[in-house]
Formats: sequence, structure tokens, C-alpha cells
Amino acid sequence: MNEVRRDLLKSGGGLLALVAAAALARPGSALAQQWNKAAFETRNLNDTLRAMGGTNAAESKDIQFVNPTPDIAENGAVVPVTVTSTIPGTESIAIMVERNPNMLSAKFDIPEGTDAFVSTRLKMGETSDVIALVKADGKYFYARKEIKVTLGGCGG
Amino acid sequence: MGDPMRIRASMAGDKVEVKVLMAHEMESGQRKDAKGATIPAHFIQNVTVRHNGRTVFSAQWGPSISKNPFLHFRFKGGKPGDKISITWTDNKGDKRTDETAVAGS
Amino acid sequence: MAGRRLAAVLFLAAIPFGSAAQDTEAAIQRYRDMLQDDSPAELEELKGAELWKTSRGPKNVSLEQCDLGLGSGVVRGAYAQLPRYFADSGKVEDLESRLVSCMVTLQGFSPADAKKNPFSAPGRPSDKEALVSYIAAQSRGMKLDAPLSHPKEIEAFQIGEKLFYKRAGPHDFACATCHGDAGKRIRLQDLPLLTDPKEAQKIFTTWPAYRVSQGAVRTMQHRLFDCYCKCGIRRWNMFRRPSPPCRCSWRSSPKAGK
Repeated sequence: MNEVRRDLLKSGGGLLALVAAAALARPGSALAQQWNKAAFETRNLNDTLRAMGGTNAAESKDIQFVNPTPDIAENGAVVPVTVTSTIPGTESIAIMVERNPNMLSAKFDIPEGTDAFVSTRLKMGETSDVIALVKADGKYFYARKEIKVTLGGCGG
Repeated sequence: MGDPMRIRASMAGDKVEVKVLMAHEMESGQRKDAKGATIPAHFIQNVTVRHNGRTVFSAQWGPSISKNPFLHFRFKGGKPGDKISITWTDNKGDKRTDETAVAGS
Repeated sequence: MAGRRLAAVLFLAAIPFGSAAQDTEAAIQRYRDMLQDDSPAELEELKGAELWKTSRGPKNVSLEQCDLGLGSGVVRGAYAQLPRYFADSGKVEDLESRLVSCMVTLQGFSPADAKKNPFSAPGRPSDKEALVSYIAAQSRGMKLDAPLSHPKEIEAFQIGEKLFYKRAGPHDFACATCHGDAGKRIRLQDLPLLTDPKEAQKIFTTWPAYRVSQGAVRTMQHRLFDCYCKCGIRRWNMFRRPSPPCRCSWRSSPKAGK
């Protein structure tokens, strides 16, 4: 919210600009933080892709799962997953667990100047493929890796 | 306003490397307690990282991110002493912002 | 619960013998190594560091004057030299007991209040768990060197040794039942041989640790509590049987199914 106000003031908007900024920043508007509810409720790759605005995705060897990403996780509650993309123009990396109740775990936005790299930790309910879905220059690409899980991580 | 995050920001070549641990239950909403009642979902939905007035990294999370989430990423354009600010907001409307300075290489 | 056990048993049965089994063990070790850096335990250590300096209790005083064995307020290296005999309390105390003593004498808590809530549960943090995480971290890298010279320390050792071999509870288990022979395992978990000084030193120094399955830092005291609980041994039934069922979890037990 602060940065919106600053920009409008810089362009000489004055009081009117401040009022406009307050109106624009109401929840639900474009400036409020977005959380793609539909994408987090899907159960397969195609539905997730569609919820994110894509139509099809090509498998790519330029998306890699790197250390730390285990082959076997002793406990599905905490599974490190690290993804890197060398596809030019990578703008986002989404991580999905195919056999989780809802596939999408996270979506990371990669602005200009930020590495197309992310490492985080997921919950996996059972042995499953983990899918990294990359959006680059408006097109979608993906890679898969199977991670075996010895103890379900969803509380079951 | 949850517990503080542990943020480590240091130089790795010409990039700032950030590793952050956040204190959050990340309750999926799938578990039941001893009485059989579902424990309500409580998880971070958005993470925003800012440096010099711009967003250098952001994320949308679902409940399948692990409890006490970890995040590691790198970006160009920062130097030792610069402030990195990280904010999370969760599905209950809680939010937390922590800052750190980039350590020297 | 049964579903989980079955899955674990099936997984165990599916591990072939020989080098493939070793590959699996190596893969699991790699997984454990991956979680060493940036462990969520660091969050608990931060909380403990803050609590150490926070004024609390009826006397509204912090714990900063607490003597953990190396002098008033000295935290660095203290955990590595516990348990030990303390003249002011006249007892051999481990870190948790010593924290309780300091909470009573310095902060004015009643002993009952000081002992409350030793282990955290979702939505219910534990002050002692955080303090132990912080204090133990200040001994990281140091050799475990608890003293064994004072008559009370030697007496405590002898009582501990007796308890290690004492069979009790509905299964007639002693610590030695699982930890007194080499090469034992419960499902996928190797059981350390605690009568071997090298192995005991190695294992004891892995606590406190962030336990992924609990989503919390757990201490040696919790480990002992959990062992006794799983063996069906309660304090009051240590010397008689049978014992009632024990809920071996300080957090809400999740029901089966997602």
C-alpha cells in the first residue's frame, strides 16, 4: 500500500491520488495480495495448469530437481524440494505433489534479476511424483521426480 | 503476529542469497484431533520479499508446505548492508514482517 | 494408526537384503543430512534466548542470574557439563531440573507451576523446551563431560544404572531390553546400544533435536518420557503391574485417514 501512495504522489496526484490509492487497495482488488484458490483445489496436472491460466505443458530437461531433494524421505511431513530452471524467461515455478489430496503446493514468482531457483520443504502424503511446472515467456514446461515416502506426512 | 522469522542474507558472488525459516503451524485442515473434530486449516498463503522498494521474490503457498516453512532463493542487485524485508500473510488474516541486513561476503 | 504401521511393515518387507538395503539406508541418511542445515530448531533457540532474558514469575525477574553449573549466568558450555550436583539445592540436577530450581528460587514460581507444560503441543508452546533448545545450542561442538565425582553424582549414576536394567510395566521391559544388545531395530529405526560409551556419547549428544514427526524440538527428557510411555510404564506403576493404557503423545492424536 505504501508504495502505491508514493508512486501517485511522485506523479503529482496530491489528495485525489491518496483517496484513489485507498480505494484501489481494498481487499479483492487487483492490488490486494492474490491467492489463486482454484489452483490450490485441483487434483491433477491439467486442472492445475488451467487454473493457472495455461493450456498445455511440455516436458523439459531444462528443469531440474537438485540437492537438496531426496530420493527417499523418512518422514513425509518434511520433504526438501529444490528446483532450478535454465529455460530463458522463466517467470514462475510451481511445485506440485501428484498424489497429495490437492496437487499444488506452491507457486513462486521470479521477477527480473532473481534466479530461477527455489528450495523449500513440502508435506507428502505418500510416495509420489513431484512436478515442477515452469512458466517462461508465456509457455508452460514441466519435469517430474519420484520421491519415496516411508511415513505419510498429512497426519494420517 | 506470529513468532519471528530467522532470515539469513549473504553475498554469493554478485547475488544475494537468502535462507529463511518462518515459525508457522501450517495446519493443513486435513487432520483431526483426539475427539475426532477437524483441526481448522491455518497456513501462510502469501510471502513477499522486498529489497530497495521492489519485490524480488514472492510466493503463493498451499497447506502442503511443511510446518515451520523454509525458503531459499537468490537475486541480483543487492550488496552488504542492504535491507531485505520479508512478509507473510495467512488464511486467518495474520501477518508478520521481519527484516535483516545483507551480511558481507 | 494401523494403516501407518501396515505401510511401514510393507515398506520394510519390500527392502531387499544385501546392497540394495544398504542403498536405502544410505538414501535415508542423505535425507537426514539434508535437514541438518536450517533446521526449524533454530526458531526454538531464538525463542529460548528471548525467554532467558525475559522477566517472569511472581518476582518478575529474568533467568540471567541462574547458575547452570559454570557460574551465575554462564550459558556457554553449561549443557555439556550437566547433569551435576548443585550445593544450593542439595541435588544432582539435569538441565530441566536446574531450570525448574532457578524458576523457583529466582523467579518465585511455585515448584508445581515451574514444572508445568514440559513438552509443547500444537498451539501450546513450552517455555522449558525453548530454554533447553537455546541453552543446549550454546554447547554445540563441545564434548559431553558431565562430572562424576561428588558422592551424590555417583549415587545418581548408580540409581540410573539400576533403573536401566529394571524390568517393569505390562511388557516387562527394561531400557536394556531394547538398548542393551547390539544390532537391534524397531521397524526402520536403529536402536543404539547404550551400554557402549562411544555409542551412548554419540546418541545423547543428538538431543535436543527437531523431531519431524512431532513438528517440535524434543529434549532428552522427552525421549525418556516417550520411551517409558511406549513401554507402558508410568511413575506410579513402576513397581507393579498391570498398567492402564497410556496416551503416548503430548499433542492431539490425529485420527487415521486424511
